[in-house]
Amino acid sequence: MKNIRNFSIIAHIDHGKSTLSDRLIQATDIVSDRDFHDQILDTMDIERERGITIKSQSVCLPYSARDGQTYTLNLIDTPGHVDFTYEVSRALASCEGALLLIDASQGVEAQTLANLYLAMEHDLVIIPVINKIDLPSADIERVKGQIEKDLGLDPEKAILISAKEGLGIEDILEAIVQKLPPPSGDSGAPLKALIFDSHYDSFRGTIVHFRIFQGKIKPGDLISFMSNKAVYKVEETGIFQINRVPQKGLSAGQVGYLIAGIKTVSDTKCGDTITLKNRPCKTPMLGFKEAKPVVFSSIYPVASDDYEELAVAMEKLKLNDASLIYEKDSSAALGFGFRCGFLGLLHLEVVQERLEREYNLSLILTAPSVRYKLIMQDGSTIIIDNPALYPDPTVIEHSEEPFIRASIIIPDNYMGTVMKLCLERRGINRNYQYLTNDRLEMIFELPLAEVVYDFYDRLKSVTQGYGSFDYDIIDYRDTDLVRVDILINGERVDALSQLVHRDRAVERARLACERLRDEIPRQMFKIAIQGAIGGKIIARKTVSAFRKDVTAKCYGGDITRKRKLLEKQKKGKKRMKMVGKVMIPQSAFLAVLKTDND
Amino acid sequence: MDTAKNIENAGLYLHIPFCIKKCSYCDFYSITDLSLKEAFLKALISEMHMVSGGSLLFDTLYIGGGTPSVFDEVCIGRIIETAYSLFNILPDSEVTIETNPGTVSRKRLAGYRGAGVNRVNVGVQSLQDVNLDFLGRIHSGKEGELAIRWARQSGFDNIGLDLIYGIPGQTIKSWLLDLKRAVELEPEHISCYMLTYESGTPMDRDRKKGIFWPAPDSHVCDMFETTIDLLNSSGYAQYEISNFARSGSDGLKSFKSRHNQKYWSFVPYIGLGPSAHSFVESERCWNCRSVNKYIKELNAGRLPLTGKELLNKEQRIMEAIYVGLRRTDGIDVDIFNEKFDVSFKKIFAETIARLEEDGLIKLTENRCSLTRKGMLFADSITSMLI
Repeated sequence: MKNIRNFSIIAHIDHGKSTLSDRLIQATDIVSDRDFHDQILDTMDIERERGITIKSQSVCLPYSARDGQTYTLNLIDTPGHVDFTYEVSRALASCEGALLLIDASQGVEAQTLANLYLAMEHDLVIIPVINKIDLPSADIERVKGQIEKDLGLDPEKAILISAKEGLGIEDILEAIVQKLPPPSGDSGAPLKALIFDSHYDSFRGTIVHFRIFQGKIKPGDLISFMSNKAVYKVEETGIFQINRVPQKGLSAGQVGYLIAGIKTVSDTKCGDTITLKNRPCKTPMLGFKEAKPVVFSSIYPVASDDYEELAVAMEKLKLNDASLIYEKDSSAALGFGFRCGFLGLLHLEVVQERLEREYNLSLILTAPSVRYKLIMQDGSTIIIDNPALYPDPTVIEHSEEPFIRASIIIPDNYMGTVMKLCLERRGINRNYQYLTNDRLEMIFELPLAEVVYDFYDRLKSVTQGYGSFDYDIIDYRDTDLVRVDILINGERVDALSQLVHRDRAVERARLACERLRDEIPRQMFKIAIQGAIGGKIIARKTVSAFRKDVTAKCYGGDITRKRKLLEKQKKGKKRMKMVGKVMIPQSAFLAVLKTDND
Repeated sequence: MDTAKNIENAGLYLHIPFCIKKCSYCDFYSITDLSLKEAFLKALISEMHMVSGGSLLFDTLYIGGGTPSVFDEVCIGRIIETAYSLFNILPDSEVTIETNPGTVSRKRLAGYRGAGVNRVNVGVQSLQDVNLDFLGRIHSGKEGELAIRWARQSGFDNIGLDLIYGIPGQTIKSWLLDLKRAVELEPEHISCYMLTYESGTPMDRDRKKGIFWPAPDSHVCDMFETTIDLLNSSGYAQYEISNFARSGSDGLKSFKSRHNQKYWSFVPYIGLGPSAHSFVESERCWNCRSVNKYIKELNAGRLPLTGKELLNKEQRIMEAIYVGLRRTDGIDVDIFNEKFDVSFKKIFAETIARLEEDGLIKLTENRCSLTRKGMLFADSITSMLI
């Protein structure tokens, strides 16, 4: 056990975490050059394309250190986005130490801080690493200053590297061995292992990723998950070296996987504790939480007859994504679909993209909503996240919406624009502090609904990419909630309804009407597009009618040409939804939800 | 009146791909290199030999184009004679030739009549030179008028006259003038086409470049309605969106184009010549759009086919609806049901109810047709029914 080191790399997006992981893997020769590719731990297309990590992964690196001994270094790769903070915390809980990676030209950012706090909560030993020192814009002294002042760490201990150029990789491996403590824990005690991720393999079922804190596990053991008491018989245990490498057993301090005929990943919960059925440990690992979705949206197939396909795809996706929750939903305009809960907007986008790409579906998503509390006249409370279920407003005493505490780090010349943005979003500035001479951390309390809309994109845009952002949900507060409906020729299109704060209602309704006007093709009659709260119209746009649509001549060759056009239209119709007499293309539904204001 | 039996007989179309000059709006296939006329004629006759119609019985022969009247009566006579010798063409068949007023003389028209043509269609397009200039026609309004008179004097008792409306700058008054003059010439048949900007034509390019502004839709719609009113009151009954015909003096015979109705009734037709389409038993095929290639292929003993499609039921239904709704008598529901083994009223109940409510469609016991207002939206309505 003394030759094991469990560590993680924490970093802001784009600070080079995946590249550093790649270099560490290459330095330890577990993958041949032929099999190696960039971002090797990011196995999903979408992870590689967007340069983000969505799933945690671990990799077991054998390392012959300068002291002549061989060490087992377990790198636990963590997701790099605020949506997945809980997964990050479970991965960190499985480590004794962490590399805190900072971009030499960007410096410390909000997520660096957020992740550092997480690491400190788990008492991890932190090794600061300054990356991208080869860049002309690198300012190592400035970053060292930030490490000292913002992070309270010893800047002299920072390791200088360029992961891209392969500089300083050896220094990191040595530092891991020398500075990080080995795991502790009694191999003879009852099994206690922490699940930090799981994924689905279509041949073997769920593959559970875990770290053993005490005891041992081997094939044949009967194990039990402490949150739901489910019992399974272990079929295989092993470690990850990019591929699965089976082992006869694993013991305290080790990181690895198990296969036990578990059908879906939903049966294994990130943060849960694994023990032996016949010899259980006394207490589970601390900090287990069920993943809670915060953003909700309904997903419909564009062609109603694709519903069955969508259902199958959702089921398959769920196998691999325990944090995705969904239930059947239906809309008068869009037919059958699913109401889904997501960890955040990125998670929503990932799910949408995977459904469209991996399952070849065309989808319509409804406006993302947060979960509101409605306190009714009769004193009862109902919780809703779906505009379709919004009750008659006269029976609501008042409404409450979730608030977050947001930490925003910016160069101080953006203070004014960020302040303006947050105030526009109904934010309350609680605090701000200079981290260095020109860098500022601003703390706002903001309604989650405002952040879900397009806050992150706007922040990036008003700070020209320099702003960084992290948040926690803090509480529910009183709000003035209304449901904005969209009427097309007087008919309400349920899928376009949104729950919004009254102050934002007119603006949202106007925007939705404008976008619909731009996307709905002219038809035989005038189309009125209205935004309304209850019976009150708050926005209105019109699509004028065309006067004629008739081909003048129709002889021999004209017929084939026309039929081909009709066939194309018929195909296009599958991407249209009828509301009353009006054909609304899928693009119109998507345009309404587009968040950019430009 | 056409009998059902007539409708089931096939039509033979011969495409003459030559023009003196291309009109800027026209997208029918033709070339202006008349030096290929002889070689083409030889090729067309070879094609007739190779195709020859099998067991089909024909009751129409239509020589269209292009401008068939670039050929004199001798050549046209040879074509007709060859057709009769190789295809089963029934007695009393309708034999039509399309003519351009700029290419005919009294002598030539009389020659066509003598060669067996019994219906002549004259591409008058307008009787006003300002419009003819805009359209890029090679003749004047006067010549158009003259061509009709000559045709009558040559013994034709079935004359068709083509007009175009919706020309930029054209007023309703000016269009009415064209219509009235056309009526005064007493043709048996009048076709009135809305000017359409077909993609790829010089006129469409000019429109896109903003060289002229098309007539506003509201204008064109008014002209469409004016056309129906004026022609109906002058004894010409509309039978297709753009086609009007007089009844014979006995009130029984109709001067509807027997040949063109085949396109709208799903009966077989064979088209020969470059770019011509044939339709026989759900199979449609078409010839190459190149005179040179056409000649080369036939000289090498090969058919100049370039495309073929076998229509499945869905496609046939689509076409049946499209062409059916273009006719004023509409879709015969019983025949439709029998042909496609479906219930027309059942599958379209909802859409038709909505269209009826809006006054766009009429549904009777066994016919479904567009109202006058509906005709202006024929394409949209069709796409609602597919």
